[in-house]
Amino acid sequence: MNRITSTFAALAQQKRKALIPFITAGDPDPAVTVALMHQLVQSGVDIIELGVPFSDPMADGPTIQRSSERALKHHVGLRDVIVMVAKFRQKNQAVPVVLMGYANPIEAMGYAAFAEAASEAGVDGVLVVDYPPEECAEWVQQLKKWDIDPIFLLSPTTPETRLKQVAQLASGYVYYVSLKGVTGASHLDLDSVRDKLVQLRSYINLPIGVGFGIRDESTAHAIAQLADAVVVGSRIVEEIEQASGDNPLEVVGNLVASMRRAIDSASLNEVVTEK
Amino acid sequence: MKIYDLPDKHGHFGPYGGTFVAETLIAALNELCEHYERCRNDPIFQAEFSQELKHYVGRPSPVYHAKRWSEHLGGAQILLKREDLNHTGAHKINNTVGQALLARRMGKTRVIAETGAGQHGVASATVAARYGMECVVYMGSEDMRRQATNVYRMKLLGATVVPVESGSRTLKDALNEAMRDWVTNVENTYYIIGTVAGPHPYPMMVRDFQAVIGQEAKMQMQQDYDRQPDILIACVGGGSNAIGLFYPFVDDTGVRMIGVEAAGKGIGTHQHAATLVTGKPGVLHGNRTYLIQDENGQIVETHSISAGLDYPGVGPEHSWLKDCGRAEYVAVTDEEALSAFHALCRFEGIIPALESSHALAYAAKLAPTLGKDKLLLINLSGRGDKDMATVAEQSGIAL
Ligand SMILES: Cc1ncc(COP(=O)(O)O)c(C=O)c1O
Repeated sequence: MNRITSTFAALAQQKRKALIPFITAGDPDPAVTVALMHQLVQSGVDIIELGVPFSDPMADGPTIQRSSERALKHHVGLRDVIVMVAKFRQKNQAVPVVLMGYANPIEAMGYAAFAEAASEAGVDGVLVVDYPPEECAEWVQQLKKWDIDPIFLLSPTTPETRLKQVAQLASGYVYYVSLKGVTGASHLDLDSVRDKLVQLRSYINLPIGVGFGIRDESTAHAIAQLADAVVVGSRIVEEIEQASGDNPLEVVGNLVASMRRAIDSASLNEVVTEK
Repeated sequence: MKIYDLPDKHGHFGPYGGTFVAETLIAALNELCEHYERCRNDPIFQAEFSQELKHYVGRPSPVYHAKRWSEHLGGAQILLKREDLNHTGAHKINNTVGQALLARRMGKTRVIAETGAGQHGVASATVAARYGMECVVYMGSEDMRRQATNVYRMKLLGATVVPVESGSRTLKDALNEAMRDWVTNVENTYYIIGTVAGPHPYPMMVRDFQAVIGQEAKMQMQQDYDRQPDILIACVGGGSNAIGLFYPFVDDTGVRMIGVEAAGKGIGTHQHAATLVTGKPGVLHGNRTYLIQDENGQIVETHSISAGLDYPGVGPEHSWLKDCGRAEYVAVTDEEALSAFHALCRFEGIIPALESSHALAYAAKLAPTLGKDKLLLINLSGRGDKDMATVAEQSGIAL
């Protein structure tokens, strides 16, 4: 069993939901990333999504675009990100790491070279925003050869007919994008998420994470009632941006810890009184 | 007989093209594919498109024999396909008319577009006004500064121009931003892409709308010269005017096809936009194609004196035509393009767009090496009115 599968299995046994934070590797500075990953673990996360900076992040809103630009000022490339994961693994062999990014850095490195290097470094899953199922048979084959999970996005506009196709290729977990739009948007419709998850579960036999638009404890709590995992991205990246140069470990740690409590609490009242 | 029949039904030209987009856009692209396929085979849609091209755009555009310039060059005869005479001054309008008619059929009330030089933005704003649709144009803030007159033209036509401040603040970033708008507003919004790039079906659809250039040229050549040209030459930014001319000739293997990219300050300087000549295949803006990129796969900033060629990618069909050897791709510098620009002004009384001047510059190199009986057909993709300030600045004159 690989790290992602065993993590979800353990959580299911404890009847807990996963908290998955997203940060961009190299933001604000490549020297901070590995420490930040350890801080996330200390604050209670279950899986880390590590963004690979790209010059043209088409599916991201302004917050994550700027984080990519900050990392690119330090010329952080895919190979550097893989090295960061290897460093993280020196002290942590338990928490899964999923790389998230765009196709071209992987195209430039080559599928086989990437999959081997990522596996050796201890990468557990990869989500490539612009590799939809119809374009990635060969890519998925390479990842599976190295026991890396291909993570796929599903959206409110995904037609039912495609769910089967995704179910055949995906492993680890799938990531449901809760709204039409780019990362960082803030309108999230719980009722439509609830309905869509019922549909997804009838085709897909994997844990389902929900992300895009989770900005506070109350949405994190509400999503935890519906999904298997709560993904928080822009909200964390905002904290890193606002720390502007100061060490972001403490602020990010506090935010993530409060999201953790919100997800684990039986009711939201409990969360609010704890605060 | 028709032999060439790319792309396949998934939009692949050999290894290039395809649909490399985020999940949220897949449904919108499938919807677009279905509607376009229906319109493509619908004689009523095609007749409407032809009528609009005739009465609104002013087609057919003539094939003009540039006699004085040909004599001066002392070799092959230079013929110009006059897309500069179209309404709004470039070939871009052929495509925006086609896509706006499609958007109307799909019941979309809002169109968005990206623009670099502003030509595609103007052509989009124009058709949006003509068909009564809301229009939003994304334009890099750096390009807005360079092309202030076109920004004003779009506003006169009722469009909203949104400055893009991300990345290099040029065409590629405007395209990213238009994609983000589309993801967010897919229900009521139609995205008019301005060249043969983007995810399937855009490269095929834009080609089909621009193919009127080559179809007319074939008939005009037969009528006026009783034969087809020996060589076709067109500039390549994203590649829409070039593919529009080339496509109807792909099966006529006796006709050479040459695409001319922007070598900027020189291929060796890193300040150029010669994607096919210097780039490597990769994935950007929804398709696999040649790209100008660094060793990490990051897209690199490009340079050209002509904003319309200043793009780090190229349409996937050109990548395929290059690899299979059916078309050749070369590059000419800013300086060579400027000199051809001035030559056409002085010898023919035609002020060409700086983009088109790249095709002219290569013709000027090639013509003297060929016999006087050879015919070169150049796509004069646009007129140079928009480039007055840039050209004047090169001569140290502020307008
Ligand atoms: C006159 C003219 N020619 C050529 C181009 C380049 O585009 P394409 O390569 O798609 O024809 C442009 C783009 O703005 C243009 O305005």
